Amino acid sequence: MAWFKRSKDNIAADTRKKELPDGLWEKCPSCNEIIHKKQLEQNLWTCIKCGYHFRIGSNEYIKIVLDKSSFKEMDKKMRSADPLNFEDTKKYSQRIDETIKKVGLTDAVRTGTGKLNDIDVALGCMDFKFIGGSMGSVVGEKISRLTDRASKNKLPLIIISSSGGARMMEGAYSLMQLAKTSSRLAKFAELGIPYISVLTDPTTGGTTASYAMLGDVHIAEPGALIGFAGPRVIKQTIGKDLPEGFQRSEFLLEQGFVDIISPRKNLKETIYNVLTLLN
Amino acid sequence: MAKNILDFEKPIVELEAKLEEMRKFSGDLDIGKEIQKIEDKVRQLKETLYKDLTRWQRVQLARHPDRPFTLDYIYEMTSNFIELHGDRNYKDDKAIVGGLAQLDEYKIVIVGHQKGRDTKSNLFRNFGMPNPEGYRKALRLMKLAEKFNRPVVTLIDTPGAYPGVEAEERGQAEAIARNLFEMSRLKVPIIVVIIGEGASGGALGIGLGDRILMLENCWYSVISPESCSSILWRSWDYKEQAAEALKLTAPDLLEQEIVDRIIPEPMGGAHKNHKEAAAILKNALKEELSQLIKIKPEKLVETRREKFGKMGEFIE
Repeated sequence: MAWFKRSKDNIAADTRKKELPDGLWEKCPSCNEIIHKKQLEQNLWTCIKCGYHFRIGSNEYIKIVLDKSSFKEMDKKMRSADPLNFEDTKKYSQRIDETIKKVGLTDAVRTGTGKLNDIDVALGCMDFKFIGGSMGSVVGEKISRLTDRASKNKLPLIIISSSGGARMMEGAYSLMQLAKTSSRLAKFAELGIPYISVLTDPTTGGTTASYAMLGDVHIAEPGALIGFAGPRVIKQTIGKDLPEGFQRSEFLLEQGFVDIISPRKNLKETIYNVLTLLN
Repeated sequence: MAKNILDFEKPIVELEAKLEEMRKFSGDLDIGKEIQKIEDKVRQLKETLYKDLTRWQRVQLARHPDRPFTLDYIYEMTSNFIELHGDRNYKDDKAIVGGLAQLDEYKIVIVGHQKGRDTKSNLFRNFGMPNPEGYRKALRLMKLAEKFNRPVVTLIDTPGAYPGVEAEERGQAEAIARNLFEMSRLKVPIIVVIIGEGASGGALGIGLGDRILMLENCWYSVISPESCSSILWRSWDYKEQAAEALKLTAPDLLEQEIVDRIIPEPMGGAHKNHKEAAAILKNALKEELSQLIKIKPEKLVETRREKFGKMGEFIE
């Protein structure tokens, strides 16, 4: 018999739905409103009744933030080399192949240049669909090259994060991407060109512990989960349920780690206003 | 005799005990030959065992409760150590220690994670798991080093940054990110040594430097084998497989070109002989310092950035 026992009574099961199901209608996970997909799309995937922000991908964000068809993508074909020959219940190489086929992306970030209300910008946009938006060698390299492009062409840098953290299947290589991207940004910071970090649901782990927290200005979407450790891990560590709103954007703003909370429909204007005041 | 014995160390410990017993009687009896035989056997056993450790066994050695910790190395390697406290903002984190020290001819700033050896000291040290103020204290000391042109040595030994409510409230992620940002442009040499456990961002938070050294029986990766097992296999029972898959030992990291140099440990691991372990590390540090202090600050920073810029493998 164990001497010490952790009470499980005060931990509630996590029942929140995480992904957008298929079909014509969507149910808002927050207020249960049934919304037609078309209507949801027009409302930038936010609930027409309560304003809940649905989780969306890089395609949608690029459309929301950049001027129409202005995005010129860089390093489109870069993909993971599976440097550790990693295998858990499945081979990592196989996982990569399947994910590429399933979601139509080559890794968890897309990078490129484009125009935001006619301002030339460099944009990186993560995508949670690709292995939880996890950061491995590809994400690190693409973010680094994007930063270099922004330096070279004197472009404001915008990175929209949506990530569960570093990618386990690349071991220490993934961890080193935190150091790699942060040191690139330190160099970029010398140039006096703005870097805006946009934090969306969720931004946790290694992504938060590197570029997502190093912006000149931090903009978060309402209600986004932002943190270092995931809520499940914290719950297990302290053996208690977490306070309401813990690690949400509004909490981060109160604690002083986010500057602005911007609803999705104002996101482009908010970025534009910040850029015009800084540039 | 060691207080804590790992499973795979048992045959050796048993033989050594027998040897000790025989030596006691050897005054009366002529059993010199027998003793010689057992001594040979012990040596052989040790050589084969420690040469072919599995990755999981190395993880266990890295966590050995008798292993030297940061303050042990500091006291063995340096003189005139003056511990400095606090991040000048919130409080003094006990899971990260640091201060000024003299390493033979070098005046250095030394910072590292600090674990405890028993329950009481582990609670005091929070099991070597820092809160944000720990990283901010480390950064404050590194800035101090920069101001007075002193090289920095950091010692890594942590099961991870603390995953608690207060840690999140005070910005654990921001603290680590800020350290990476600032360490990448610090104008004095930084030598990083992994002396035990190197768990993810909590380790890397003081781990960006010009030279990355790693003791022979350590692990360094993006996640611990246990957590990796629980996430990818959805069970805690696959830690051995996870350790193999993560390729997290010193030889692995040398091959991945993430670590520059492996520091050998005394036979059987650093816990067998703290003094010897510290002496080996001290020599290595002096060699590295003698090289690094010759490099101009701008060049140092540029080379450091390039070093980390090259890390990662991908296909285009």
